[in-house]
Amino acid sequence: MTPVYETWEAARGAQIIAEHSKVEGATLVILHALQEAFGYVPEDALPMVATALNLSRAEVYGVFTFYHDFRARPAGRHVLKLCRAEACQAAGGDALAARAEAKLGISIGNTTPDERVTLEPIYCLGLCATAPSAMLDGRLVGRLDNARIDALVSEAQR
Amino acid sequence: MNLHLFVPCDAGALAVGADEVAHALHSAALERGITLDIVRTGSRGLYWLEPLVELATPEGRIGFGPVTSADAASLLDAIVSNGPHALRLGLTEEIPWLKRQTRLTFARCGIIDPLSLTDYRAHGGYKGLERALTLPPDAIIAEVTASGLRGRGGAGFPTGVKWKTVAQTAADRKFVICNADEGDSGTFADRMLMEGDPFVLIEGMTIAGIAVGATKGYIYTRSEYPHAIATMTKAIAIARQDGLLGDRIAGSNFTFDLEVRTGAGAYVCGEETALMESIEGRRGLVRAKPPLPAHHGLFGKPTVVNNLLSFSAIPFILDQGAKAYADFGMGRSRGTMPIQIAGNVRFGGLFETAFGITLGDLVDEIGGGTLTGRPVRAVQVGGPLGAYFPRALFDTPFDYEAFAARDGLIGHGGIVVFDDSVDMAKQARFAMEFCAIESCGKCTPCRIGSTRGAETIARIQRGDRVPENIALVEDLCNTLKLGSLCALGGFTSYPVMSALKYFREDFGPQQPRLQAAE
Repeated sequence: MTPVYETWEAARGAQIIAEHSKVEGATLVILHALQEAFGYVPEDALPMVATALNLSRAEVYGVFTFYHDFRARPAGRHVLKLCRAEACQAAGGDALAARAEAKLGISIGNTTPDERVTLEPIYCLGLCATAPSAMLDGRLVGRLDNARIDALVSEAQR
Repeated sequence: MNLHLFVPCDAGALAVGADEVAHALHSAALERGITLDIVRTGSRGLYWLEPLVELATPEGRIGFGPVTSADAASLLDAIVSNGPHALRLGLTEEIPWLKRQTRLTFARCGIIDPLSLTDYRAHGGYKGLERALTLPPDAIIAEVTASGLRGRGGAGFPTGVKWKTVAQTAADRKFVICNADEGDSGTFADRMLMEGDPFVLIEGMTIAGIAVGATKGYIYTRSEYPHAIATMTKAIAIARQDGLLGDRIAGSNFTFDLEVRTGAGAYVCGEETALMESIEGRRGLVRAKPPLPAHHGLFGKPTVVNNLLSFSAIPFILDQGAKAYADFGMGRSRGTMPIQIAGNVRFGGLFETAFGITLGDLVDEIGGGTLTGRPVRAVQVGGPLGAYFPRALFDTPFDYEAFAARDGLIGHGGIVVFDDSVDMAKQARFAMEFCAIESCGKCTPCRIGSTRGAETIARIQRGDRVPENIALVEDLCNTLKLGSLCALGGFTSYPVMSALKYFREDFGPQQPRLQAAE
């Protein structure tokens, strides 16, 4: 299922920030909520978070850039995350990752030029006994083989 | 006709089609006029059999697996006619892989409806808290100390000692944190338990809160675990509604509440001080110790930080007594360890057993060797920071001290099996690369050493001045081990040094490798 996100509007952003700003240590909670709503964390939102939490812009920017999850711009329509950690490596994950890269014509960490698919590494989905595994827009898939990775890539390209 | 089935909703089962199977069973039942009641459970942990469908019978649950949605119709027909079926496994509890385990922490996982308090109580749940409420706090701590329970996150620090320190530190507020930031590849016990038996964690943390005088607890887990987060959050709401969290827990004078906090893809936040920084809303930078979190932890207050598996062992210890727990295990490693067998392995899954079982038994006998059928060449124990063990060390018993004596660690109990197509120089380089990606950047050995390490191993792989570069990597590993602020940099030396020590032949100009496992 294609995730549907709202278009960034400062008023909506302010509302989301206000909903969570009373939480103790709210920065990550707010960044998660913004990304969930808009699909990324718009640059304009960062100073708003800083003001709401009485932090410097630099502090909020520092948090935003520290964590791998947060995006500065929207991802492709579909996000395919391939587990690149040891258990999946042991089960043949490297070859499958290369196959997905070849099929999509991009290397891991990039988005296809038509902005349909973002291919990302993930370090462990906790599906290590049904490896190799992947996640397509939040849906988990284990026991990947050539046929399954091909199907996943095709699904993401649609 | 009425049928009562169990289908897991564990993420590992969902990833191989459990939802599709449940849906197909419903459709097939409708066509046949069968009234079907499906309870979604956690996983039993026998992952090669997932999706594992179970049928309730007067004799016990009968398992079928691995089931696909295409099997749904034939499976129902076989059940109705009481006939044979190719996927029929007999009584699940009698499957040797499950039967030879000692399930204390995972006693209910895969059996109960994870979000049913009635189910939880019917299977012994909340008896530990009930007993804890009859004891003074120091007696609870004494019980935990006597059980010999040590931190299941990897460091193995005695849980009772940690609790006692927090209990004795005066403060206006204290916290209990569950480290469920299970980032190690090859581990999934925390995930399974949050998805399959969340109340055991809630109960364990509540007991901890009462014992040390904390009123608030946090469960810090990973964004990679959306199903676990959803189940845990719902379970907390249910417990609160039932008076088991919040003010006057279970009618007592104690107050304790819980909150789930989600990380954002930073492995280093599994380190307890980085984790606290993250909850406080900052970059996950490691803090220097001392001060210990027990004195100066979350928001500067005394804090218990324990692994999910440590907290989840507590209800059993309080209910059955310290001795019942300590009777299992060997040496200073008491009780049971939920071991996770993964990677290229035939029978992968969760195997909870008393400490002392050998690595060889776990890999060859229980794991059944590799899925590809090729010989086992190496196993990595304890996650990305754990050592690679060759077959020659398969006599090592699963025990904190025994692994440390062989320059390894049991960590969070994950075992990843590799066959003979593995390139150990590549694995060593990956360990350095992973450290470089995940380093918080606070200390130099980890921040720069990991990048230099990856570059140097790449040179070795190209055949560039191999002996000198190997010496350089070894020197770098020593610097990382002795000079890093936390275990991320410090323990990255384990996979690299073990690969160099036991698989030296892989370090040199790259030979054409065997076909990679697929």
